[in-house]
Amino acid sequence: MDHISYESDVLIIGAGGAGLRAAIAVSEKDPKLKISIISKVYPMRSHTVSAEGGAAAVIKDNDSLDDHAYDTISGGDWMTDQDAVEIFVREAPKEMIRLEHWGCPWSRQKDGKVAVRPFGGMKKKRTWFAADKTGFHMLHTLFQTSLKYSQIQRFDEWFVTRLLVDDGRCQGAVALEISTGQIAAIKAKSVIICSGGAGKVFPFTTNANIKTGDGMAIAYRAGVPLKDMEFVQYHPTGLPFTGILITEACRAEGGHLLNKNGYRYLQDYDLGKPEPRPVLRSMELGPRDRLSQAFVQEREKGQTLEGPYGDYVHLDLRHLGKKIINEKLPFVRELCLKYENIDPIKEMIPVRPVVHYMMGGIDTDIHGATALSGLFAAGECACVSINGANRLGSNSLTELLVFGARAGESAANFALNQNGSSKGLDFLYKNELKRLNKQFLNRTGGTEKIVDIRKAMHHVMENGAGIYRTEVALSDAQNEIQELKSKFKNLRISDTSKTFNTELVGSLELSCLLDIAESVIQSALFRKESRGSHQRSDFKNRDDANYLSHSLAYRNKNGAPEIKYQPVAITKWPPGERIYGK
Amino acid sequence: MADKITLEVFRYRPDDNSEPSFQKYMIPLQRDWVILDALNYIKDHIDGTLSYRWSCRMGICGSCGMMVNEKPVLTCAAFLENLIPGPVRIEPLENFPVVRDLVIDMRDFLEKLKRVKPWIIREQEDPAIEEYKQTPDQLADFKQYSMCINCMLCYSACPVYGLEPEFTGPAVIALAQRYNMDNRDHGNSARMDALSDESGMWQCTFIGDCSKVCPKKVDPAGAIQRYKVHGANTWWKNLLLPWAKDK
Ligand SMILES: Cc1cc2nc3c(=O)[nH]c(=O)nc-3n(C[C@H](O)[C@H](O)[C@H](O)COP(=O)(O)OP(=O)(O)OC[C@H]3O[C@@H](n4cnc5c(N)ncnc54)[C@H](O)[C@@H]3O)c2cc1C
Ligand code: SF4
Ligand code: FES
Repeated sequence: MDHISYESDVLIIGAGGAGLRAAIAVSEKDPKLKISIISKVYPMRSHTVSAEGGAAAVIKDNDSLDDHAYDTISGGDWMTDQDAVEIFVREAPKEMIRLEHWGCPWSRQKDGKVAVRPFGGMKKKRTWFAADKTGFHMLHTLFQTSLKYSQIQRFDEWFVTRLLVDDGRCQGAVALEISTGQIAAIKAKSVIICSGGAGKVFPFTTNANIKTGDGMAIAYRAGVPLKDMEFVQYHPTGLPFTGILITEACRAEGGHLLNKNGYRYLQDYDLGKPEPRPVLRSMELGPRDRLSQAFVQEREKGQTLEGPYGDYVHLDLRHLGKKIINEKLPFVRELCLKYENIDPIKEMIPVRPVVHYMMGGIDTDIHGATALSGLFAAGECACVSINGANRLGSNSLTELLVFGARAGESAANFALNQNGSSKGLDFLYKNELKRLNKQFLNRTGGTEKIVDIRKAMHHVMENGAGIYRTEVALSDAQNEIQELKSKFKNLRISDTSKTFNTELVGSLELSCLLDIAESVIQSALFRKESRGSHQRSDFKNRDDANYLSHSLAYRNKNGAPEIKYQPVAITKWPPGERIYGK
Repeated sequence: MADKITLEVFRYRPDDNSEPSFQKYMIPLQRDWVILDALNYIKDHIDGTLSYRWSCRMGICGSCGMMVNEKPVLTCAAFLENLIPGPVRIEPLENFPVVRDLVIDMRDFLEKLKRVKPWIIREQEDPAIEEYKQTPDQLADFKQYSMCINCMLCYSACPVYGLEPEFTGPAVIALAQRYNMDNRDHGNSARMDALSDESGMWQCTFIGDCSKVCPKKVDPAGAIQRYKVHGANTWWKNLLLPWAKDK
């Protein structure tokens, strides 16, 4: 096998919103820096493209940075690091304006200024939007803008399998070119992981097929801890079969959630009283975790409806009328018509909670730096943490910009202070080649099918680590994942081609998913309290005395996660209660 | 409703030295399945070696375009039910080299995209203190052209691109227009340079197949038409009135 290697100053893994923003930041920092950006799909296919609702940043006179910070911190049930949140809200407006200057087609007011809309958990209107295709426009704007920098070299449709760590420093990665099967070492003075989330560990999810937690898994395998992995956000309104998300904007415009009796059941769950007009932070505009939990309780009371893909409730938009639906929510109508054959102007939409976002991820500081020298991370794969135990809708698109830019800047500075790479890299690269050949490329025999392991994992996660969790269910889940990991060793890969082998890619992704699943379960098992999205039926209350700290999952010698804790950073907002609907 | 349907899927693996062929798969027919669900069923349960691209399954990432019964479509947005009784023929997008099975090589598009400078061009970017103003009407001027998901369906439908691969092509011209018509942009003439020696554009006969297949109503044919008119005007102006700058 040929040995192929590329050299650059900064290597970015992932070309979604965070990765592209980071690449531009590095380019602007010093035009001499050579940048490589790797993505397993073409950049504009990255999952950022699917975000609909919007991106939050304070811009209007009636709003303040402290308000945005407070909403974020209380929404995150005090698990957010307040120093990070303060930076986030401060830098958000500037980042959003820069994106506007780069051409993002934000929706506007009549006077030509950007328009903002209300969003769940935000007390003021501060969510910028580009109709209901916000992520799509942000991603294409960033991608197209990145084309003007000739120092950015793209590796489109390359799949990263491992980090190159030598001398205690991350110095690049090994990656497979999907179209040819060649495997190369891509060396760099610093590396930023921007590989997105891992929703695909669960069966019902809004996340695209590519969201398999690869970057989290390779960082974890390199000894970097994963932080707060127990916090998994459900979105209360996804379409049952496809997991397609029906944006919160529907509820912000005044949509109602109804149980099988046509009753606005949220009023029974401390979320305020039903009013004819939408009220911020109340009822349907309460935080996502509370809405998803209310669904499970409603189901237990037998008040949900049954369908071919599981239980559901109704989202009713009919009273908004044709004009509002067509003007404010055209994409939602299009999705319902195209994928569920339902017209929201005339019919109610069946919805259920679906996994949407991982609050946890690669542990970083406010500069995007990880515990491993030379390695940085940003975006959904990272945990800085501004999302705490529950992310507020429309904060994460902004997070991509703020912390993508910060990580880019830090990685650029780091690279500027490094000389060449160390000698051991070629040896590490050869080892990785051997591993890939043995475990994946030249593998023969094997009886376990990818689909079976994937489905079994979904089942384990849904039952053991879903919306409500218990000690017993989590321990069972942990054992079952171990079994699946040993089955994985006997995986059958029928495709031996070097050319665009998607079965090979699928099996590499599955190995990452299993590591992520394990870390989620273990972190959830150890957190014996209920907070934000992490709800334990056996420990129903929040326990600040023992658990006002971030969990850190380290991979031990046997490949299993070991949990440690680190205090939450509190600057000026002492832990309080999350109160909604008042 | 029948409970099964046959797909005839184009297969090609260059490392086998084998000729392209069609393979038949019989799959269960489900009401809410799109073509992509059927391919995923094949991949999971019948034949793990079938290769194709997909990601979002909601018509926005642009990766799942294929020829279905000889028409370019997004396979995640086309119900199987509408193709009863079958068989359904599935091939890679036309007018592109095939990498393998249903996967095409689209590097040409990315090269061309870069050439038209698809970014805001100003003499100087203002500091990030305030947004540039843009009224809803000004936004509406270019909004349509900004909706392109780069799915390549229009290239597949384009008779000119089929014959003359040098042609910049529908989506790239629409994206160039997207920036030209944005009131924040001053890059009209820089982009014009990239397209001025464009022979393909003048061969476009405005049949409009590109606009018909576009899943996002971008109307690239309209963009090309506007470019032609504008291009002719600019050429004429530059020749006769060199002091008259556009925009
Ligand atoms: C349906 C939906 C709607 C949403 N709506 C909103 C919203 O309205 N507002 C909001 O703030 N947030 C929203 N979110 C969340 C937000 O969109 C995501 O958190 C965010 O886009 C993630 O961006 P990212 O750059 O971190 O990762 P992604 O955009 O997922 O990009 C990841 C990149 O990493 C690459 N990659 C991954 N693994 C590998 C590998 N092994 N090798 C090489 N490359 C790799 C991928 O190719 C890709 O380029 C939504 C999410 C979903 C699912
Ligand atoms: S113009 Fe339409 S058909 Fe062509 S690539 Fe863009 S979205 Fe696809
Ligand atoms: S899978 Fe994304 S457009 Fe079809």
